[in-house]
Amino acid sequence: MSATFLGMPGNFPKNAEKAVQNSQLRFNLRKATHTIRGKRASVVGELPDWQELRAAGKAIKDHTLRNLDRYLVQMEEAVTRAGGTVHWARDAAEANRIVADLVKATGETEVVKVKSMATQEINLNDALAAEGITAYETDLAELIVQLGDDFPSHILVPAIHRNRSEIREIFLEKMPKVPDNLTDDPPALAEAARLHLRERFLKSKVAISGANFMVAETGTLVVLESEGNGRMCLTLPRTLISVVGIEKLLPSWRDLEVFLQLLPRSSTGERMNPYTSMWTGAVEGQDFHLVLLDNGRTDVLADEVGRQALRCIRCSACLNVCPVYERAGGHAYGSVYPGPIGAILTPQLRGMGSDLDASLPYASSLCGACYEVCPVAIDIPEVLVDLRAKAPHAAAERAGMKVAGWIFNDHTRLAKAQRVATRLRKLVPKRLPGPLSAWTDTRDIPDIPEESFRDWWERNERA
Amino acid sequence: MSARDEILARIGRAVAGAQDVEIPRGYRTTQQVEDLVGLFAERVDDYRAIVHVLPAAEVPAKIDEIVAGRRMIRPGGDGWEDLNTADGVVTSCAVAIAETGTIVLDHGPGQGTRAQTLVPDYHLCVVRADQIVSGVPEAIARLDPARPLTWISGPSATSDIELNRVEGVHGPRTLEVIIST
Ligand code: SF4
Repeated sequence: MSATFLGMPGNFPKNAEKAVQNSQLRFNLRKATHTIRGKRASVVGELPDWQELRAAGKAIKDHTLRNLDRYLVQMEEAVTRAGGTVHWARDAAEANRIVADLVKATGETEVVKVKSMATQEINLNDALAAEGITAYETDLAELIVQLGDDFPSHILVPAIHRNRSEIREIFLEKMPKVPDNLTDDPPALAEAARLHLRERFLKSKVAISGANFMVAETGTLVVLESEGNGRMCLTLPRTLISVVGIEKLLPSWRDLEVFLQLLPRSSTGERMNPYTSMWTGAVEGQDFHLVLLDNGRTDVLADEVGRQALRCIRCSACLNVCPVYERAGGHAYGSVYPGPIGAILTPQLRGMGSDLDASLPYASSLCGACYEVCPVAIDIPEVLVDLRAKAPHAAAERAGMKVAGWIFNDHTRLAKAQRVATRLRKLVPKRLPGPLSAWTDTRDIPDIPEESFRDWWERNERA
Repeated sequence: MSARDEILARIGRAVAGAQDVEIPRGYRTTQQVEDLVGLFAERVDDYRAIVHVLPAAEVPAKIDEIVAGRRMIRPGGDGWEDLNTADGVVTSCAVAIAETGTIVLDHGPGQGTRAQTLVPDYHLCVVRADQIVSGVPEAIARLDPARPLTWISGPSATSDIELNRVEGVHGPRTLEVIIST
C-alpha cells in the first residue's frame, strides 16, 4: 500500500483539525451518517436472529482465515474448472502489472470499472494510466470523486462529503453534453450520470471489478450493488478482470445465506440491495480472470489480535456510528479505508513507519459503538489498544496526545484524567472552549463510556 | 518462488498454531409465513416497484395489456431483438424471496441473457406463487451456483447523493412484478 495514497502527509489529528473547521463538510457528514444509521437500525431490528447471524458470520470468517491456504487452492481449482484463469499477486505492484498486461493483451486502451476497494488500495487507475490505459469509474459516487479530481472519503458512499449542489457543480464543469439547466435534484443528477455512461457501457470491451465474496467450494464470485453499473460492467464487456483480496473467501455456497443477510442491512440499511450478481468462471462467452491479492494481508493474518480485521466485509456501519469519523471526515485517515476499520486496518497493512500511520490507532475515543454495529463482531477497540501499544513510542505518544487534545481540547485536563479515569465522563465538557467551539455548537461531544476508557489508560501505561 | 507458493507459505506460517472454530448456525433457516404471496407483494412494493397478484388464468391477458404498443424483448418467444432500442423485457424467474422482496433470475428458459434484463429501461417479471420462499437461506438452497445469477430487489437505485435513495440509475428504472397464483 502506498503511504502517500491521499497525498495527505501530516497525521490524523492535523488532518482532522482541518476537517473540523469545514462546516459544510461537517454538515454533509452528519446528515448522511445519521440518515443511514437510522435505516440500519430499523432493518436490523426486523430480524429476530440478528445476533445468531452475526455469530455465524464471525465464525465462518475465522474458520476461513484459519484454513485460508486450503480454501484458496480450492477456489483456484473451481474457477479454473469453470473456464476462468487465476493469478496471484504478492503486492500492489505485482497486481497492477498483471492487470495492465491482461488489458494490453486485449488491445484495448480503455476499461470500465465497478467500485472496488481493492483496486483503490493498489492504486490501479494510476498504474494503468502510466501504461496508457484509461480507467473509467462507473459507480455514481466514484464518478463524482473522479470527475471532481477528489479522493473517496467513505467505503460505501465515497462522495459522502459532497452535497447535491456541489455534485451539480462538478457535473456542469466536467461532464460533456450535460444540460445547462441541470438542477441539483438527486433524480436529475442520477439521470445525468445515466446518460453520461450509457454509451461507454455499450462499447467497452474490458471491465475491472472487485468482489464482495468468493466461494471456494463452487468458485463463485459475488458482487452487491445498487445502480446497475456493476451489472453493466460484469455482463457486457468481453473480458472481465476481478481483483479480490484473499480474505474475501467463504468456504461453502451455503455461507452466502448468512452474508447476504448481514451485508445489505448493515451497509445501505436495506432488506436487500437492488442488484447482486453471481458468476462462476467464464460466463456467456466472456474471458474471466481472477487476481488474488495479498498486499500485506498475510502480515495482518500473522497477528493474533489484529487478524480479526480481516473478517471485515466493508459494510461501513462502523463509520456511520463513529463520533470521530463524523467530525474528522474520511480524508483525515489518509487511506482508502477510513473510519474505525481504517484506523485498525491501515496501520496493519502498511506498518506504522509514518507519522500518519502511527497516529491512526489514536483516531478513536474507544466508545465501542463500532463494535456494537459490526456484523462480524470485530472488536475494533481491542485492536486499537493493541496497536497503540505497538506503535513507535515517541511518535505515537505525540499523536495520542494530539488526538486526545483534539477530542477534549484540553491537555492538562486529559493528563489529570489518568488519575481520575473513572470520573472521566463528568470531565468532558458539553461545549468546547476556544477555536473549536464552533465544532461543538452544532453537535454533542461523544459519550465516553468509563469502562473502555479505563482499559485504554491501563494498557497505555503498561506499554 | 512463485507468487502463489509464497502467499500460501506465508499463510501457513501466519496461522500455525491458531485454533480452528466451530460455526454456530443458530439462525433461522426456514420460517413459518402465513401469507407468503402477501408478504412478498408488500416487500416488493416497498422498493417502489409495481406489483399485481392475479390468478394464473388471467396472467397472459394482463401481460398483453401491459406490453401493448411497447417494443418488448420476450426471451424464448417472438419479440423485439435489439437491446438498445427495446422498450422493455418480460421474463419469468427462478426463485423469489418474501422477506426481502427479491426476485432471482438464473437465466434459464424464459429469463433471457443477463444483458436482456439490464439494458432496457423496463422489466416485467412474472413470479409463480410456488417459486416464493420465505427467506434468504431457502433461496440459496434452491439455486444452482453453476448458473449466472442475478438477484433483483426493486428498480435500479442509488444512495450516493446525501445517502437518500433515488430510483433509477443504470438498470431498469421501472420494475413491474406479476405474481401468478
Ligand atoms: S469493521 Fe465491521 S462494521 Fe466496519 S466496515 Fe468492516 S464489517 Fe463493517
